[in-house]
Amino acid sequence: MKRAGLYAAAAGFMLFAGFPFYWMLLTAFKQNRDLYVGAFDTRHVPWIFNDPPTLEHVRLLFGQTEFPRWVLNTLVVVVAVVVITVVVAVPAGYSLARLTGRWGERLGMGIFFTYLIPPTLLFIPFSRVVALLGLQNSLGALILVYPTITIPFCTWLVMGFVRSVPWDIEEQAMIDGYSRLAVIMKVAPRLIVPGILTVVVFSFTLVMQEFVYALTFLSSVDKMTVSLGVPIALVRGDVYHWGALMAAALVISIPLAIIYNLFIDRFIQGFTMGAVKG
Amino acid sequence: MDPIVVGVELRNLSRRFGDFHAVDGVDLSIREGELLVLLGPSGCGKTTLLRMIAGLERPTSGEIFIGGERVDADVPPRARGIAMVFQSYALYPHRTVAQNIAFPLEASGMPRSQIADKVRWAAEMFGIARYLERYPRQLSGGERQRVALCRALVRDPKVFLLDEPLANLDAKLRNTARDELKRFQRRIQRTTVYVTHDQVEAMGLGDRIAVMDHGKVRQIGTPQEVYEDPVDTFVATFVGQPPMNLVEVRDPALPPGTLLGFRPEHFLPQGHFASGEPTQVFCFAVRRVEYLGSDRYVYGSVAEQGFGEATVIAKLPAIVATPIPEGEALEFAVPRKALRYFDAATGARREGGRGP
Repeated sequence: MKRAGLYAAAAGFMLFAGFPFYWMLLTAFKQNRDLYVGAFDTRHVPWIFNDPPTLEHVRLLFGQTEFPRWVLNTLVVVVAVVVITVVVAVPAGYSLARLTGRWGERLGMGIFFTYLIPPTLLFIPFSRVVALLGLQNSLGALILVYPTITIPFCTWLVMGFVRSVPWDIEEQAMIDGYSRLAVIMKVAPRLIVPGILTVVVFSFTLVMQEFVYALTFLSSVDKMTVSLGVPIALVRGDVYHWGALMAAALVISIPLAIIYNLFIDRFIQGFTMGAVKG
Repeated sequence: MDPIVVGVELRNLSRRFGDFHAVDGVDLSIREGELLVLLGPSGCGKTTLLRMIAGLERPTSGEIFIGGERVDADVPPRARGIAMVFQSYALYPHRTVAQNIAFPLEASGMPRSQIADKVRWAAEMFGIARYLERYPRQLSGGERQRVALCRALVRDPKVFLLDEPLANLDAKLRNTARDELKRFQRRIQRTTVYVTHDQVEAMGLGDRIAVMDHGKVRQIGTPQEVYEDPVDTFVATFVGQPPMNLVEVRDPALPPGTLLGFRPEHFLPQGHFASGEPTQVFCFAVRRVEYLGSDRYVYGSVAEQGFGEATVIAKLPAIVATPIPEGEALEFAVPRKALRYFDAATGARREGGRGP
């Protein structure tokens, strides 16, 4: 009985989570005739294809918008930000947890507080810096700005994670014949893989969804990222191209959903490990 | 000059954390091939001492010699010729048992074929050869402990350092593991420093025991010496279960402030002693009797002329069948040769007066 209730709840959540995907799928391939039906037509069933599906919206998206370009831009920014974040935050978090003793704690708190500063406060200083570096209206601006959000948070995340990994193992490696440096280079990374993956996923997520900074610093359509380009460019006046918009969302979200499902266990481990064992 | 070959020597070794003296001027000489147990309550500095020998902690001052070589200053852990087993065993979670044992050998650049042989040899010695392809998470606590010992063994160290290696095992397993450890140490005849807070473990394993408290070594000696002739009240009460009874004596024949100490197992009904045996007799007000199968623990107090009021425990072996009614006062006695005297103020042993 209990089991049945559990399955019912799980099924409910599955429907809840899956429905947006279904709606995207429907909208992306419906003909406009089927899509824009007056609210007074009560015989019209919205959640099935009433007319045969069409590729018209997908063709519009790939043929007449800069969508492929946006995907490429997003990829460029994602890769750059993830690399920068991992290169900076992982060693920083590790050393704050392991090497600096009492100061590590205070510095860690300080770093976390910088993450709490609302981005809206930073627009003006950021635009000065971006202008100074000549990065207006270029992907460089985003690659410069996003790490200011990801690095503090990820450093803090890695710090918590490293604390939860017993130091014994690293000391053991030092006794077993490694120098401190060799331990850091060869033994420690393997121990904190879930932490590193969490950093990757977090920076990745942030870049994929960020809108406000992108809106501020990018103005040319061909420089935009997906999260900015789709809502900005797929609208004529105040009318959205719902079919193309949903097609864009679908194309982006399906690979993401697959990747997340592959990494979800590690991701959760990374977030909770420090909390549970710390 | 010294006929004893010294395995590890510590001279005036100290480690301070801010104002806290974790280890405070310790001099210790550990003989080659001996198993020395560092025994003390948690926070007494025994683990810090061990970590300094390992090179994981830097001494604030003092010197460390391993096999006659001075190592305290700049010799890193890997070059000290030591192997350590941590309380957590510190196995590499992503390596199989075989890879764990091979780790120190790989680090030293030993050829692959030789490594495989050595790993097999060590694994067979500890009876874990069939687990070689498993990961640590697939092993039980006892098996993990053996893997950790194996990994220490293959390094062929001058000194083994063991930090409470049995603490994470359940009570039943601990006895077997202790026996196994002792046999292993006898076989390889290697200098071993063993840290524990469990005095039973210390008594059972140690060739000698160094009892530590507040960063200082209070006493060092064989288990028998430490048990029978404690140098102060700390050692007297820390070693032994239940601890040594301490009763204040008010006797003009003794210097003021003298504590009389005797082990619970020497404190028996008077009728148990032969009439000629010199004993100290007490009037023992019995409060409670605890029946433990092999023994009975009798809790109560001695209060009479010449003694201060004190709670004492008597440990009666099962062969002493005298009925002990709770709430009554009985005549108990201690053989004179089992009495020890301490200074009440400093806790130090007094050799002086042999009783009133």
